[in-house]
Amino acid sequence: MAEKPLTLAEKIWRDHLVVKGESGAPDLLYIDLHLVHEVTSPQAFDGLRLAGRQVRRPDLTIATEDHNTPTIDIDKPIADPTSRTQIEALRHNAKEFGIRIHSLGDIDQGIVHVVGPQLGLTMPGITVVCGDSHTSTHGAFGALAMGIGTSEVEHVLATQTLPLAPFKTMAINVEGTLREGVTAKDIILAVIAQIGTGGGQGYVLEYRGSAIRALSMEGRMTICNMSIEAGARAGMVAPDETTFAYLKSRPHAPTGNNWDEAVEYWKSLVTDEDAVFDKEVFLDASALDPFVTWGTNPGQGVSLNDVVPDPDSFSDPNERAAAIRALEYMDLKPGIKMKDIQVDTVFLGSCTNSRIEDLRAAAKIISGKKKADNIRMMVVPGSQKVRLQAEQEGLDKIFKDFGAEWRFAGCSMCLGMNPDQLAPGERAASTSNRNFEGRQGKGARTHLVSPLVAAATAIRGTLSAPADLGDN
Amino acid sequence: MEKFSVFSGVAVPLRRSNVDTDQIIPAVYLKRITKSGFEDALFASWRNDPEFVLNQPAFAKGQVLVAGPDFGTGSSREHAVWALRDYGFRVVLSPKFADIFRGNAGKQGLVTGQISEADAERLWVAIEANPGVEITVDLTTKVARLKDISVSFEIDEYTRWRLLEGLDDIALTLTHQLAIDEFEKRRPAWMPKTLPARN
Ligand code: SF4
Repeated sequence: MAEKPLTLAEKIWRDHLVVKGESGAPDLLYIDLHLVHEVTSPQAFDGLRLAGRQVRRPDLTIATEDHNTPTIDIDKPIADPTSRTQIEALRHNAKEFGIRIHSLGDIDQGIVHVVGPQLGLTMPGITVVCGDSHTSTHGAFGALAMGIGTSEVEHVLATQTLPLAPFKTMAINVEGTLREGVTAKDIILAVIAQIGTGGGQGYVLEYRGSAIRALSMEGRMTICNMSIEAGARAGMVAPDETTFAYLKSRPHAPTGNNWDEAVEYWKSLVTDEDAVFDKEVFLDASALDPFVTWGTNPGQGVSLNDVVPDPDSFSDPNERAAAIRALEYMDLKPGIKMKDIQVDTVFLGSCTNSRIEDLRAAAKIISGKKKADNIRMMVVPGSQKVRLQAEQEGLDKIFKDFGAEWRFAGCSMCLGMNPDQLAPGERAASTSNRNFEGRQGKGARTHLVSPLVAAATAIRGTLSAPADLGDN
Repeated sequence: MEKFSVFSGVAVPLRRSNVDTDQIIPAVYLKRITKSGFEDALFASWRNDPEFVLNQPAFAKGQVLVAGPDFGTGSSREHAVWALRDYGFRVVLSPKFADIFRGNAGKQGLVTGQISEADAERLWVAIEANPGVEITVDLTTKVARLKDISVSFEIDEYTRWRLLEGLDDIALTLTHQLAIDEFEKRRPAWMPKTLPARN
């Protein structure tokens, strides 16, 4: 009998199965790469210590400081004592258990999901976990990448495996060519608006189609990153020549024969032609506009050319109730043009959009211009390496001349755990991934946007696309 | 994890439904970096109320919580389980648990037994008539006994087996040590390694 045709995700699962679960027990999967940061790991290390256990594979584990780190004055002691303690705990744990760590000030410090790919540690066909929901980012390489809880972090540290319940598969088919000014961020915001924030629950998403193939690795990362905002367990893109080219010269990429062997295997990592997905979704990329959110969950988004929707236009009573509450929180009225919404802060950063291409794209729009008077703009590179590269290209100067703040790497205003927060009632256009109530600061209002929209908005002072700039 | 088979401890009646994890442990305690020592955080805001059940001397040493339906809803914080456990609770009985809480509890050796609403009421009445009374929870037969009352409870079979064997997920996985060793031998050489560091 011929082998059953498999999807990409099922192939990776098959190749990582250590023990098949029997009579209701979950499958035990091997974990190839474990990324660690300061916020979800201290209790996991504490658990190891209490049980007298070691880290099984320090050589498959790497830590970086990102969630709770300052983005200014990084050479001074961290002012907030609780944050400082949390960072010091990670440093202490890394030392005690022999784990590689990239601390504040280190060239490879940065957001955990920027650092892994940058070092060439994220590869096709591997399993990646991290105590952070946006681990889905790494799926852009054709890896199976999942966010986990603190008990699971401890489990992976101790055993390098994880018991996992089976998943369902969903194909997200995006065909066609994106119009000028429309980006990966707009694709994923449109996908989430289409399937809803719970639409991906229990699924691993595979993004497919000509529009996905045409994207750079960084664009693919932006898309996979927000799979979690659709409720999915993971998101992925099959590896191709774009993937291999991106990886080739990275510090930890395989070399010599290993490279050839790897590429041969990676090429097999495509969904078999006659494999069946549990669900399929279709999206026409050529019809997309820049997309922005108006509400307080990432599914509440519209075209930038649209207006704030009327809650009565939602037939589902839960959605209607959510819309009413969201508009109240966001202080918006139905029918207002999205482009008439004035913002106070523009945040360019986060693991969704803080890589070099994001910074280049924004810098190109604002080059030689001045920011609107009502705007504060903060640019936070995803890693120190990204920051350095941007400086070598002169992008920092463009941002500073424009009137933006040029910061050190970290999660920053994405979650406002450090001092980078919005004031109550303040409105932001953010390239990050979550617009929940209070996410960027108590009472803060967030519109999720692409880097291009962020840049144009900073110039005009209201939500805008580069096309709206005319010749000003 | 300690084996759990039959356990007797002071029963605490918590006559509330929808006890979400924010109430079990408020967010302010999540900044801590330890996995133990959360006993002071359990029901922190309710404990400001002198009338709250755990503030009554007969219940202060509670170990079996009998709560209303929809226990453990809301945020997925594992700290909620840690706080119950650190305070001394070994069992929570409720007519309905939130999925995530139930999963987290099973990982930490806290038994979550699902009982009928009628049985919850019978237990509350009996406990309130005898403050400080002990309840015996038998995981082998899935029955809880308090004096002459006996109620049966539900718990999924896989979790029950793990608790009876005293296997936390890690200990359980370590029974597959050989399979893991074997798997590691088959891993291709091109797989990523973080050490030695290359920049
Ligand atoms: S940038 Fe934001 S979403 Fe990404 S890891 Fe940091 S806090 Fe999480």
